[in-house]
Amino acid sequence: MQIYLPIAEVSVNLFLLLGLGGLVGLLSGMFGVGGGFLMTPLLFFIGIPPAVAVGTQANQIVASSFSGLLAHVRRRTVDFRMGLVLLGGGLVGSAVGVQVFAYLTALGQVELMVTLFYVVFLGAIGALMFVESLRAIRATRGGRAQPTRKRHTWVHHMPLRMRFRVSNLYISVIPPIIIGVMVGVLAAIMGVGGGFIMLPAMIYILGMPTKVVVGTSLFQIIFVTAATSIMHAVENQTVDALLALILLIGGVIGAQFGTRIGMRMKAEQLRILLAMLVLIVCFKLAADLVLTPSELYSISEVTE
Amino acid sequence: MRRALALLVFLLAAAVAAPVAAQETIIASMNQNRVSITADFDGSEIFIFGAVARDAPVPEDAGPLQVVIMVTGPVRPLIVRKKERRWGIWVNTESVRVDAAPSLYTIATTGELTEILSATDRLRYGIGLDRLVRTVGEANGTNDVPAFNEAVVRIRQKSGLYAEIDGHVDLEQETLFSTAIALPSDLVEGDYTVRILLARDRVALGVVDSVIAVRKAGIGRWIYIMAHEQPLLYGILSLLVALAAGWAASEAFRLLRR
Repeated sequence: MQIYLPIAEVSVNLFLLLGLGGLVGLLSGMFGVGGGFLMTPLLFFIGIPPAVAVGTQANQIVASSFSGLLAHVRRRTVDFRMGLVLLGGGLVGSAVGVQVFAYLTALGQVELMVTLFYVVFLGAIGALMFVESLRAIRATRGGRAQPTRKRHTWVHHMPLRMRFRVSNLYISVIPPIIIGVMVGVLAAIMGVGGGFIMLPAMIYILGMPTKVVVGTSLFQIIFVTAATSIMHAVENQTVDALLALILLIGGVIGAQFGTRIGMRMKAEQLRILLAMLVLIVCFKLAADLVLTPSELYSISEVTE
Repeated sequence: MRRALALLVFLLAAAVAAPVAAQETIIASMNQNRVSITADFDGSEIFIFGAVARDAPVPEDAGPLQVVIMVTGPVRPLIVRKKERRWGIWVNTESVRVDAAPSLYTIATTGELTEILSATDRLRYGIGLDRLVRTVGEANGTNDVPAFNEAVVRIRQKSGLYAEIDGHVDLEQETLFSTAIALPSDLVEGDYTVRILLARDRVALGVVDSVIAVRKAGIGRWIYIMAHEQPLLYGILSLLVALAAGWAASEAFRLLRR
């Protein structure tokens, strides 16, 4: 069954969209990532104009993240205090990122920069997580105890310390704010929530427990993507409410299943799966940059 | 003196043209002159038909009558970019701003287009894919503007927005003609022009234009208008819908698990 999207001005299959939403929602619930880094390329692929894809998927991510967050709130696996600190930095960062995005758009290189950012960050984070999780799994198999996450690093020797009870941490607020700002900048440029960058940062830099990380990152993502979504609606009129509605119907259902699957899995398994997913997307994007495209020319509408 | 000469040339031309063009006029109609894009819109087909009226018999030495029917979508400006390999990766380098490229362009004819109509007349009436895309705007770092224009036609032909279907118009007894033109599902809102042209011996005899109004309808139209006229409210409403859906799904699953 085809459905005509009023803002995107294309007609697509309804069940395809529901399936896409469901798949991304499932991953979102499992890993606590918004899923934007998957949704954006997938929407391009089925023929949604890039501007509309970026504007609309922010809205869809709010829905599936909210659904996932509620499940985590019930299990008390959200560190609201940490979430607010990250959010403060995130909002500042995304305001900066939007300016950079506008500048790149004017140069006509935004697509390339976004892809490069994806390749670099997905590659680095994916590889890091993959190696680390593999080591953790081997350690458990070898009968040794799992290495504890609470290491004392430079994070613990900075001023302005604050107690984060849920995460069982007593650290300076400066590193979380810096992480928030950096994630915000990247998120705005790449048109995603930034969960896939923030998750490893929370685990490896802040030393937060994996179970708390997912809920907390969802909490932060909701606010950053909500701000992005409204910005896109006001500035560019590229939020397609019908597309968002269809995607989020699939997305919220998927997120609920995903959260449940995530609860049953061990943290290392979860991380290694996420690492593999991130690496696959990275390789695909890198291949597109390097391989000779079948069509060298591309058309884009002039938005005035 | 020059004006008199021009008049003389004009009269001569008219005198030559008259016997060939034996006053043939087009009477045409369509099965619909409005297309509503509703949420379940899945393309449409316009049936265009008509007759040729004559006040004098066709001269015996005249060639066969030919009909060209062309549907053109609203014109929008585009930016065409070309990729080149730089430092091992493919990068957008040159770009051309195309000022006038129709969003849809379908020509149906009774025969091979280049044999039906002379290059001059194709240019004059804007008929043929090669006459389609105009670049008046700035080219950024390239001298090969035609290649960019060809790219627009090639890409849109591939996606079915541009088409030239030779022999798709039925012509009965040199009088009754009909064709069916498919409109793809990815239609853009606006006024579409239907141009019907008669030709004989590669010369255009007459042309008739009519308009099909393509408009969004139903919920799609409501969303489109709201998004453009009340963007802030629209953005907030979309967010609330998203949050409500997230909450509803979460509650629904909690109930299911009990």
